Order: sequence, then C-alpha cells, then structure tokens
Amino acid sequence: MIKKLLCALALLITCTGAIASGGEFALDRAPNRINELTSLQNGAKLFVNYCLNCHSAASMRYNKLNDIGLTDEQIRTSLLFTGDKVGDLMMGSVSVKDGKRWFGVMPPDLSVIARAKSANAGPTGSDYIYTYLRTFYRDTSKPTGWDNLAYPAAAMPHVLYERQGPRELTTIVTHEHEAPGGKGHAGWERVTTTYDALGYASSKTEKLENYHGKASTEHKFKALDATRTSAYDNDVADLTAFMTWMSEPVQQKRKQIGVWVLLFLGLFFVVAWRLNASFWKHVK
Amino acid sequence: MAGHKTVETTGLLGWIDQRFPLTSSYKAHLSEYYAPKNFNFWYFFGSLALFVLVLQIVTGIFLVMHYKPDAQFAFQSVEYIMREVPGGWFIRYMHSTGASMFFVVVYLHMVRALIYGSYRKPRELVWIFGVGIFLCLMGEAFFGYLLPWGQMSFWGAQVIVNLFSAIPFIGPELSIWIRGDYVVSDATLNRFFAFHVIAIPLVLLGLVAAHVIALHEVGSNNPDGVDIKAKKDKLGRPLDGIPFHPFYTVHDIMGVAGFLIIFMAIIFFAPEMGGYFLEFNNFIPADPLKTPLHIAPVWYFTPFYSMLRATTDDFTWVLAGAAVLGAIVMFLRNKGLLKLLVPVVLLGVAVLLRLIDAKFWGVVAMGGAVVLLFFLPWLDYCPVKSIRYRPGWHKTLYGIFFANFVVLGYLGTQAPTDLFNLISQIGTLIYLGFFFLMPVWSRLGTFKPVPDRVTFHAH
Repeated sequence: MIKKLLCALALLITCTGAIASGGEFALDRAPNRINELTSLQNGAKLFVNYCLNCHSAASMRYNKLNDIGLTDEQIRTSLLFTGDKVGDLMMGSVSVKDGKRWFGVMPPDLSVIARAKSANAGPTGSDYIYTYLRTFYRDTSKPTGWDNLAYPAAAMPHVLYERQGPRELTTIVTHEHEAPGGKGHAGWERVTTTYDALGYASSKTEKLENYHGKASTEHKFKALDATRTSAYDNDVADLTAFMTWMSEPVQQKRKQIGVWVLLFLGLFFVVAWRLNASFWKHVK
Repeated sequence: MAGHKTVETTGLLGWIDQRFPLTSSYKAHLSEYYAPKNFNFWYFFGSLALFVLVLQIVTGIFLVMHYKPDAQFAFQSVEYIMREVPGGWFIRYMHSTGASMFFVVVYLHMVRALIYGSYRKPRELVWIFGVGIFLCLMGEAFFGYLLPWGQMSFWGAQVIVNLFSAIPFIGPELSIWIRGDYVVSDATLNRFFAFHVIAIPLVLLGLVAAHVIALHEVGSNNPDGVDIKAKKDKLGRPLDGIPFHPFYTVHDIMGVAGFLIIFMAIIFFAPEMGGYFLEFNNFIPADPLKTPLHIAPVWYFTPFYSMLRATTDDFTWVLAGAAVLGAIVMFLRNKGLLKLLVPVVLLGVAVLLRLIDAKFWGVVAMGGAVVLLFFLPWLDYCPVKSIRYRPGWHKTLYGIFFANFVVLGYLGTQAPTDLFNLISQIGTLIYLGFFFLMPVWSRLGTFKPVPDRVTFHAH
C-alpha cells in the first residue's frame, strides 16, 4: 500500500514536471553587457532619443546616469532636449489621454520593465526586450502597420525602423487541418506566409502526404539591408543592457558588496562554530 | 516596611531586583532554564523565527519612514526606496526576503513539532499559540503584499477578498466591508497598511510572548520525546538538561550565522529568487482594468491555494461522500449521545456540501487546512511522541504528508490544467485524510521502546 502511494506520488511529481514545460514564442538570449560602460552609454542615448518621447522612466533621474560614467555636463548637452534639469525624473511627453487616443493604451513606464518582463524559471526581461525590439514586421492589416512576434498585436509601432532597415518575414506553420464539414482531421498542411518589406502578405498552402512530425511554427526574417540590420542588433543589445541596468541601478554594486558580506559571514560562522564547540566540549 | 523584599544581589542590581524581577527572570528564562541537551538541527528554527521577527520589525520601521500608503504614490515610493533612499534597497530586500524566509523557518519549525510530537501533552498551549502565530503571519504576509501596489499585489488581494463573497447570505456585503470599496482601491490599501504595521504585529508579539512563556512553563520537548524532568540530580536539576544560557545561546548564534549566510546570499545575489520571493508581475503597477493571465500567490500560500482551487463542484461530491462515510463509522463506533450527534452533524455537512456553492467550500478547505492544526494535540493517539520510536510505516506516512504539501505548493504556482487539478484534489484528500484519520492510524503498529534518558553523543 505504502509502496503504491509512493509510486503514485513519484508519478505525480514527474507528470507535473513534464507538463510545466509548455511553449511560447522562444526568446533570443540577450548578450550580457551590463558591465560595459560604453554599451550602457550608447543604450542611454538610444533610450533618451527613441523611447523617452512616448514612454517615461519615472523612477529614474537623469543624473543617475553618473553611475554609468556620464558627467552632468555630458547629460546636459547630449541628453536633455527640453528645459529639464539634470536632477529631474525622466518623464515622457505623452499624456495619458493622448496615449490612449493615439495607441489605444498609455505607453507603460519603462523604469522597471526589464524586471517585470522576466518569467519564473524562464527567460529574463532582458531577453524579452532584446527579442521584442528585433521581431517587428510590417503588416498592412494592422492599425499601426506593424506587428510583433514576441508580443502579438503590440500597440507600439516600430519606432526604430529607420535603424533596422527593411526586412521580410516568412512564417511557416505546419498543422493538422480539419476535414471539410468540420469533423475529424483530414491530414497535415503547411502554410507559408510572407510579409514583404512593405507589409503585404502572400500565403500559399501545401498538403503534406505521409507527414509524421509535430505541429510547428517557424519564423524567418530576411534583411534587405544586412549591414544596417546587424548594426541595429548591436544597438538593441546596448539598449537592452541599459534598460536592464535602469531596472535596478544598484545591481552591480549589490553583487560586489555581497561578496564581502559573505566572506565576513563565513568568518563569523567559523568563530561562532568554534565558540559553540568550546562550550559544548565539556558536556557529557 | 511593608512588602520589602530580600534579594541576594547588591548595588544597582539589588536596587532593581527589589523593584523588578530582573535577576530571577534572567535565571528562570536563561541561565537556569534547563533545556534538553540532545537538541539537533531542527531546533535552530525557533530562535531563527524570533531573529527574523525582529529583523522584519526593524526593517519595517525604516520602510514605513519612506513608503507612501496611497494608491497614487505607493508603487513609485517603493522604487524611490530602492533607488534614492541611501541603503534603501538593502532594507527593502531584507524585508521582502525576510517575509519568505520567515515562512521557510516557521514551516521547518512546524515540521520539527510534527515529527517529534512537540504538540503533545503538556505542550498543547505552546502548539496552539504557535498555530496562532502562523495565522497572524499569514495575515501579515497577505496585508503586506498589497502595499507595493503592483499587479500581483492588487489582483492577489482582489482574489482573496472576493473569496469572502462566497460565504452564504452575508458574503457580498462582507467583502465590500473588508475592501471599503467595490474593488480593491486606495481605501483598501490604507486599511491593509494599518493592519500590516499596527494591528497584526501587536497580536503577533503578544502571541510570541505567550508561546515562549508557555514553553518555559512546561520545558522544551526533544528529539526523543523523553521528559527530562523525570530524572533529576540532588539539586533538582534535570540530568539531561543544560542551562539555556550559555549553551544554547552560543549554539543559536551559530545557527543565526548559518542562516545569515543563506539569507544574505539571497539578498545580494538573487533578491527575486527567480520570481518566487519577488514576483516579476509585481514590477508592473496595479491596473484595475488589466487582469493578469495567471494570478498566483507568493509561494508560501500556494499549498493552501491549491486546496482552494481543487475544491470544484465535482469534488464536493467526494467530500460529501467522505462525510457520509464518516457518519456511518461514527454511528457504529460511538456510544451514548455522540452516537447520534456526530453522525447527524456529519450528514448535515454532507448535505450542505452539495447545497452551497463549491467556491465557499474551497474557502472552507483553505481555511480549514490551517484551523485543523489547532486540533492536532487531540487527534494524535500515538503512545510515543517522537518519530524515532514510531513504526516504519508512520515515517513513510509523514514523508508522504510533507512531500504532498510540497507538491500542492508547486501546483499552486502553476496555471490550472485538468491534470493539475486532479493532482491537487488527490493532494487535498491526502492532507485532510492525514489529520482526520490520525486518531485511527496513530495508534496502530508496533512501537519501539522509548528510553528513560535522552540519546546524546558528546561533541
């Protein structure tokens, strides 16, 4: 009886593990550039130039950028376009009302977005940002003319389009299709949809005979200006690093202090352990 | 002089001792409080719980200095603490990690009580105060979780307060009364703040004092479940006892040092603990118009949350069936008034299980799972206290119970599926069955002889 229960329990645990690994759109891994000041500074420049018009980073002050090596003077001359002071918060210029009217939703504050977009035991928010900004494609059927693979039906248009250059997207979906009349499945088919650089979609469907694989979805981008697109990938990596840093500016310092704290505690533990032993050695 | 007290101490201490039981309290609770000398690893968690409690209060005080309990500013003020208050991030991480570690420590403390029978006579009140502390802690965690005003704060509170609306007749009004509004709002935030920083901590401190006083009245249990007061030396000191101070104070300092290594490692290197200590969704400000796809409570509530979700309409059939079965057994086994009373009550419960909405019974299952713990001292009929002298299959049963609790906890963090729900239902039955059938199984089997003295190996 007990053995049966234990077996059942073991089975339950393995089952739950197996089901937990479901699939969404697979995110690319963001390069780790959190320690590279030039990347962070480039990211800051891109952030202020492109993101900060509609989005805010209401928890960030401009002079917090001192931490990534920018002087107040540099901030004032290169990053402050309005009458802001270096001690001001990074506020966007879109009001809630306008945001709703223009995009259907207020562009969210980005101060901690890199933390918010992380997943439990999954990809980090940095991976999300890095992927999101690189998976826009033109689609004329959408209100903004753009859509996104990492965040379908995104309200945001591809603001950085000029930097990325034109691209084509080919989506290949392999799935079981239903028989005419809606009952049962008739077989497998592969649908290939191509969005050209202007966002016009063309689609072709082919029947698959003797297909024994699984259902799958595949996306392929084709850059029409490869130099520009690869420079853009590099820029997005910098921007992602900046937004990751911005979500918790203290994170690098935190880890540095942590090493010393743990070294001290290790020492303290040894002292406490020996102290305890010296008291207890006489206890019989 | 009337009421003049003669004391052994002189000088300032003598002056104090004549007016306040300082020396005698010090002796009674520390230097001459005899604790069994065979405490093992499990006995660190009591003092650690006290340590974390102090940590939470102290860090909490500093957080309150900078936090704004206002729906407009709450979220921003937390980020303000994280970025602009000097050392604020450290204080905040200590408090957020402390909340989770409090539950880690308290759960382990409870496991200790379960396996060594620390709730058995004469320690019933120690246990009851302890369960009271656990309840307060859950309240404290629940109210506190709303304060950062993130998406999970908001929707977690929304879900839990909505549960009260499942109570028949008074439910809907009750939940509005709790919130102070029709949805969780600024009014809710303010009252939860009051509960979190004043009401619950006051009760909590009172209960902790009662827990320790009751413990020192009857003395600590030990891994052998042997009464050390049964064997004393000529001076009346327990042979297997040892003064709490200095022996267990130095021991507990070592425990605190070990705990701090883990605690600080989390704070400095993984403060979010992969989204389990600080949920990622909670970095999005509360938005009453945008329901998150998946609302999960923080990990320490998830075993109970699983039991809540497991109680579906179908499942109340199972529970009603169990109640009917219980009624039949009670009718056959009891004598006198109980022969009729208990079965009638159980049959009534069985009928109500089908009459009232399953959502209500989910709430009852979740609450009942905790309340059940209060009755533990009167459910256990085992002739021995400690698991060391129980039959082997008892140990397996405890193992299943603990593993089941962990599985329920895991399921509570996951989005519901049919299979998960079925497992949660089985898990709920295992949890409830463990306690409800304890009067039966706890006396069965061959028990090992309990020694007169504790098992102790010199260090």
